[in-house]
Amino acid sequence: MSEREIVVPFDHQQSAHCETGVISNLMRFHGLRVSEPMAFGIGSGLFYSHMPFLKLNGIPVTSYRILPGHIFKRFSRNIGVEMKRMSFRDQDEAMRELDKVLDQGLPVGMLTSVFYLPYLPKAYRFHFNAHNIVVFGRKGDEYLVSDPVMDGTTTIHRTALIRARFAKGTPNTNGRMYYPVKVPTDADLKKAAAKGLRRVARDMANTPLPMFGSKGIPYLAGKLRKYQEKLGDRRALLYLGNLIRMQEEIGTGGAGFRFMFAAFLQEAATLLDRPELREKAKEMTAIGDQWREFAFEAGRMVKGRSEAGSSFATLADRLVAIGVMEQRFFKDLARTS
Amino acid sequence: MRKEDVPQDDANILEGKFKVVKYAVNENGDYVVVPSVGWEPENVALEQAWDVVHENVADAKKKVLAGESSTLAYHMEVNMMDAALLAQHMNLPARTVKKHLQPSEFAALDKALLQRYADALMITIEELKKLPE
Repeated sequence: MSEREIVVPFDHQQSAHCETGVISNLMRFHGLRVSEPMAFGIGSGLFYSHMPFLKLNGIPVTSYRILPGHIFKRFSRNIGVEMKRMSFRDQDEAMRELDKVLDQGLPVGMLTSVFYLPYLPKAYRFHFNAHNIVVFGRKGDEYLVSDPVMDGTTTIHRTALIRARFAKGTPNTNGRMYYPVKVPTDADLKKAAAKGLRRVARDMANTPLPMFGSKGIPYLAGKLRKYQEKLGDRRALLYLGNLIRMQEEIGTGGAGFRFMFAAFLQEAATLLDRPELREKAKEMTAIGDQWREFAFEAGRMVKGRSEAGSSFATLADRLVAIGVMEQRFFKDLARTS
Repeated sequence: MRKEDVPQDDANILEGKFKVVKYAVNENGDYVVVPSVGWEPENVALEQAWDVVHENVADAKKKVLAGESSTLAYHMEVNMMDAALLAQHMNLPARTVKKHLQPSEFAALDKALLQRYADALMITIEELKKLPE
């Protein structure tokens, strides 16, 4: 490790989600201005899936977005960004490589586990191994960190950073790090945004298999309706609580990324000179509001304070209604995009 | 969600360290980012998840006190790990770690292995060998 202090002049901006925040911040450093919602849209990040066969901590996975890391991949492809990606077996080598890139004056994105990030509030520190941060400097054994979900930058000790970079579980983080090596200054944002939009619309409207895309929502509704009788009260409520967390917890910007996507539609309306997308944004906002209503009612149930008449069946009804709205929305968007 | 409807239900989950941002529409119908300290359903769900962790830790503690488990089992739960995950950190087969969850097997471990467990669980050997006060 070189002894030299290094601080890359990195402009940190807070975002709702780690992956899109890292994209937006890294791109700005390299001279390409894209907002977080624009990064999310170009990377066609919005999705829906409920996978009863895939469990994390014994609870089926529900997701409102595409797989971790894929927003970055699609964004890079659509914009023509070349990324250098590396992972490591050896911890010292992983840190040496990080130091080397920092010494070149470049900020470095990396995959970490929130469990091992001491600067985050304790309540968020579960074994979640897909958290993206940017390291932009080093002072002795302290590394300078831009964690996109925080309002300011912070620091982390070398030992802690090594732990966070080499967490085990789902997935092993393997010291994964990445940085842009070529960012086009004349990127065609219009084309990229249109492409990202089309992809989301198609995948939400047309993905085969019942558990994916907008029809995954009524699919979950069917399962949810039977939770209590199949799982018993305790587990049923745990499953329900997990749904709320996946939808609302730190990182989605509210309503399972639906508001962030609506913000993208609004930006795209101006960028592509397609005023009808502003109307679609309004529609998506209304759908997002329905997701919030769902979470609100679910939260009361988890707390044991539900209104009379509130049940897994009424929650399932809400999901069915949201599913109908999203199916109509994305079919229409797929047809017109 | 309108800007003024962005919830500010503070359950001290963020420990006052920062606010998260949500997307909401302002009076002109334009999307903006709005800081939030939390939302009740989110807080409730997070609390529920922690209750499970705390129950697991309490169960592990009981088993240690009853002589059914080694202190390793307790510290494993504190780190929110199961034997499979701890085994990955230790580079050992899961069944070996499971064996070490038994008091007699744990008592026979050599210092080197104890040190590796202590490192994986971010404590000292002394702490690993007992329950906290």
